[in-house]
Amino acid sequence: MRRKLPAVLLSAALAFVVTACGSGSGGTTTADDGKITLGFSQVGSESGWREANTKSIKESASTAGIDLKFSDAQQKQENQIATIRSYIQQKVDVIAFSPVVVTGWDAVLKEAQAAKIPVVLTDRAVDSDASLYVSFLGSDFVKEGEAVGDWVLNEYKDATGPVNIVQLEGSVGSAPAIDRKKGFEAKIASNPNLKVIASQSGDFTRADGKEVMTAILKANPKIDLLFAHNDDMGLGAIQAIEEAGKKPGVDIKIVTIDAVKDGMQALADGKINFIAECSPLLGDQLMEIVKQIKAGQPVEKRIITKETTFTQEQAAEALPSRKY
Amino acid sequence: MKAVTGHRLFWPAAVLVVMLLANVVVTPGFFSVQVRNGHLYGSLVDILLLGSPLMLIALGMTVVIATGGIDLSVGAVVAISGALACYLISGQQDQGAVTGVLVAVALALALSAVLGFWNGLLVARVGLQPIIATLILMVAGRGVAQLITSGKNINVNSPPYKLIGGGYWLTLPFAVIVVAVVVALTGLAVRRTALGMLLEAIGGNAEASRLVGIRSRRLIVLAYTFCGLCAGIAGLMISSNISTADGNNAGLWMELDAILAVVIGGTALTGGRFTLAGTILGALVIQTLSTTIYTTGVPSQVTLVFKAVVVAIVCLIQSPAFRAKVFRRRARPEAPPPAAPAAADVEVNA
Repeated sequence: MRRKLPAVLLSAALAFVVTACGSGSGGTTTADDGKITLGFSQVGSESGWREANTKSIKESASTAGIDLKFSDAQQKQENQIATIRSYIQQKVDVIAFSPVVVTGWDAVLKEAQAAKIPVVLTDRAVDSDASLYVSFLGSDFVKEGEAVGDWVLNEYKDATGPVNIVQLEGSVGSAPAIDRKKGFEAKIASNPNLKVIASQSGDFTRADGKEVMTAILKANPKIDLLFAHNDDMGLGAIQAIEEAGKKPGVDIKIVTIDAVKDGMQALADGKINFIAECSPLLGDQLMEIVKQIKAGQPVEKRIITKETTFTQEQAAEALPSRKY
Repeated sequence: MKAVTGHRLFWPAAVLVVMLLANVVVTPGFFSVQVRNGHLYGSLVDILLLGSPLMLIALGMTVVIATGGIDLSVGAVVAISGALACYLISGQQDQGAVTGVLVAVALALALSAVLGFWNGLLVARVGLQPIIATLILMVAGRGVAQLITSGKNINVNSPPYKLIGGGYWLTLPFAVIVVAVVVALTGLAVRRTALGMLLEAIGGNAEASRLVGIRSRRLIVLAYTFCGLCAGIAGLMISSNISTADGNNAGLWMELDAILAVVIGGTALTGGRFTLAGTILGALVIQTLSTTIYTTGVPSQVTLVFKAVVVAIVCLIQSPAFRAKVFRRRARPEAPPPAAPAAADVEVNA
């Protein structure tokens, strides 16, 4: 008996894991009460940004009077494909999803097309043929990089000497990292004084942002500006700069992308100089698209999330009502 | 000369020295250590400070690997420990209160030890293979950490907590002092008592050691508990260093770095033979490699390839079989019978 106890505990733990995995794809049949039904498959809940994204979609659906079937794919494509198939079987009116990965969607998208259910992609793109989905709603990462680049151009338009720029890139190979870098570097190329002297990946995390910046600060005595591909890396770098005895936002100017609450706080505190927004709050736009599709109106293939930029003053103003 | 190159710590140490020297060539001020803001400041200090969590995790991993096991869950334990400590501290009215921080730290470490204990039970009592047993916690543990933080970063503003992973004590990084103490205590426990020998006996042949009267199950549970505790301390350091608990990313893939550090240090993955000093050198090699990449500005697209090449070279140089093949011709005329140095190697367990 004594030896069996751990085995019982283990099976209990396994049962917990299994139910936890299975809990995503609930729901049975669609109640036909004239309401539009939207089946949504989310990537997962890997970050605060994603959580705000989920919340926005759920809230917008309930205000728009749309019946939302929501499922969390927990970063697994097979979960997502299974969920989409179940939405097809339930005959929902529209399917929307944030694809976990770029490739491998042809089969399930064709199934949806055969069942005459329109599909909307949110936040992330796929490499399938564009005829297989109705619209792609999401941020334009190149534009975000350009917005930051514009601010830098304007800030240093009167600079006579070289301006040394450090870039903290996102995860290597990820679309936001590639596009933000492209947009930023294309913009600043027009002023030869602006020079990127170091560019390293901080993997979008605070810890890596700090570690990379700590090392870069040692190797480069003169840094004028830091461009971090997201707020979190910028916040890590701020700590590194402070520990090196310099003032972030003053000795080294800092520009980032995202505008999450912590980043906005640092911006309002004067430690960051400028943030270009990458908004997860696309719920309202998504519901608008769903209604248009249902009403038979044409929808644009590529819709860019409504986004803005923040200076220090604007951040102080926007901070109290910041949702994420 | 033979005595020096024959020492099992020679190659990891040589690699570390070469890497540091390469840095000086590229960045002349690399070795400079100055006092800034009342504490030591310089690249070497960074390597020690930022390498501290990895040194601790690799230390725990070494003990587990010595018993012939492996612990894949350390990264998840790092996330859980940091998440719990920051969650508790952020809920307090006065985040700077020392008692509150001590309670949070104690609870986080207790939970880490319990998680290690759980791994040990699965391996020693239930009889699961270590890689499977710890895989459960590796996968589920990150979920637990996300549950604690509810998927968000938890920020804390607590000077006493900041001390653990980012603070200085008598101008020295506090984290490095912690590592030194833990390593010294572990070294005493395994090399000044029979504990180390018993662990190696279990790693060599668990069944045989049980038959000669070693309580192998208890020792295995102890090893995993110790490993969990080390990972817990590392988790505190990582979250303390950035004053943030990041349940999603803290300690991610760190188990692989820890295993690599153990291997570079010269501990056999098959168990039965281990070296704590080698593991510390291995962890420093890995951290130095990261810092080198950042300071010298290796483009981020080729960072992983660069790391892979360096690690491959290090592991090849480490391998006696590879060295024997490559350097055979030169070594033959002067070499004494090959069995002698090999036997000596096994006995040197410093």
